[in-house]
Amino acid sequence: MIFDPAETLPRADLARLQAERLRATLARAAAVPFYREAFARADVAPDAVRSAGDVRRLPFTVKEDLRRSYPLGLLAVPRAEVARVHGSSGTTGKPTFVAYTRGDLERWSGLCARFLVAGGLRPGHLVQVAFGYGLFTGGFGLHQGIERVGAGIVPAAGGNTPRQVMLLADLRPDALVCTPSYALHIAEVARAEGLDPRALGLSLGHFGGEPWTEEMRQAIEGELGIRAFNNYGLSEVIGPGVSGECAERGGMHVSEDHFLVECLDPATLEPVPDGRVGELVFTSLTKEAMPVLRYRTRDLAALDRSPCRCGRTGVRMGRVVGRSDDMLIIRGVNVFPSQIEEALLRVEGTAPHYLIEVARPGTLDEAVVKVEVRPRDFRDAMREMVDLRDRIDHEIHSITGIRMKVELVAPNALARSEGKAKRVLDHRRENGP
Amino acid sequence: MKLRQLSLFLENRPGQLRAPCAVLGKAGIDIVTMSLADTQQFGILRLIVREDEKARKVLEEAGFVVSITEMLAAEVPDRPGGLAGILEAFDQAALSVEYIYPLSAGGRGKTAVLVFRVEDPDRAARLLQDRGVRILSREEALSAAGG
Repeated sequence: MIFDPAETLPRADLARLQAERLRATLARAAAVPFYREAFARADVAPDAVRSAGDVRRLPFTVKEDLRRSYPLGLLAVPRAEVARVHGSSGTTGKPTFVAYTRGDLERWSGLCARFLVAGGLRPGHLVQVAFGYGLFTGGFGLHQGIERVGAGIVPAAGGNTPRQVMLLADLRPDALVCTPSYALHIAEVARAEGLDPRALGLSLGHFGGEPWTEEMRQAIEGELGIRAFNNYGLSEVIGPGVSGECAERGGMHVSEDHFLVECLDPATLEPVPDGRVGELVFTSLTKEAMPVLRYRTRDLAALDRSPCRCGRTGVRMGRVVGRSDDMLIIRGVNVFPSQIEEALLRVEGTAPHYLIEVARPGTLDEAVVKVEVRPRDFRDAMREMVDLRDRIDHEIHSITGIRMKVELVAPNALARSEGKAKRVLDHRRENGP
Repeated sequence: MKLRQLSLFLENRPGQLRAPCAVLGKAGIDIVTMSLADTQQFGILRLIVREDEKARKVLEEAGFVVSITEMLAAEVPDRPGGLAGILEAFDQAALSVEYIYPLSAGGRGKTAVLVFRVEDPDRAARLLQDRGVRILSREEALSAAGG
């Protein structure tokens, strides 16, 4: 079943629609001083952009641009037309905000409905949403999409896993929406409470909000007895609904009538061939409140333009296999190596060599920060060394908001390649596609 | 000359203790005494050697983090209550002892030599000397250890 006929638009018609919408987007963006200045700096006249391919002449937008224009400097409509504000966590404590008009919210709901239906959701189903409802786009985005499909909702919101299990066991929803790691955690807690997670009656799951692997999909499907579908999105572009899997599950169809996607080499910013992993860059085509031009997601994935058996014509993106800037998502929280450096700086004055190792031994992420002991930090008294470790532990927690295990290691114990230290070792990606 | 101790940071995994010992062995440096403190994840090896500067040099060249600490070597009567008397002196002076380990055991009725890691070695030395405890110089301490 296909929710919106636009999902099967022939490529030639799609290209015409994209060109038309891109021109309209540029006209809207010209209302934003930031974009006007960016056009001038890059020496591009917005009206010189005729086709979707011309998007390459436009300057990039990066997260820092949103941060710098805090709180709503990239707004392209009068403030009175803002129907909703969402946000994503930032490195420095302040979130970056994104805004939506009524029309944006309508379109966003439809985009979420597309992947929900593509992945088997039907009117009459009951869905438990275990995403946070708040500034995070996951909760409200999926909620509206499910309503648009015509299915019922248990808005459980995030956290309180025993309560999630109780709701699943008592209300017996057909589908679960959350992060993939949380789905496994729910199964684990159900099991600990003596329940068979397979007997909860779930048949379907739509998961997103963090990178995951095929192995995890198999584990989730096995544990919960469901079919699990992947979806993708980010608040800067719109939130969930940028792309999602169909029943073929050979990648996530990008809603190209609403977003232009490019896949670029993060170093050269030149396009990579289809099938090769590159950084995804999106340009919104229909957003009113906050159009975004060539937004560098830092997400690494490959594109597949071969036709899909499902009939949808939108290009498929593979799983996100990493971040071009080493950002880590640990238990759903964005963590930057720079935050670890900051913690070490606070404790030790200057940051020694360190390595963040992330693994998912069970269902939840575990992070270990290995810190090399330098002569200036070394003391012969055990009490002082334990205290040093504990202070690092405390600072990391206060800066990132999550607990990471701190290990002191011998000098030069951490590998360096070509003089440049490796900061992150993510074992979660090792078995990825 | 004061008695100096070398401390080394070690990770708590197989082979980590042998490595510095092998470095010293290759350099012909004799370990007079040692003590090891460990946690589940890392340890601190404390060594007293005859040639501490040379030992430090070869260990640092081999990539170890070495710290030098001044220690207090004191003769302790080798009889029940011998150590308690010394610790009492420290307690009364509110002088904290980080750790202690033996340099030589005297044998029944003789004296043992212990090395003390204290916050203020000079003050600790005066305190013990006032109680008639003999404080050993570096040379005396090393010779007490059998050299």
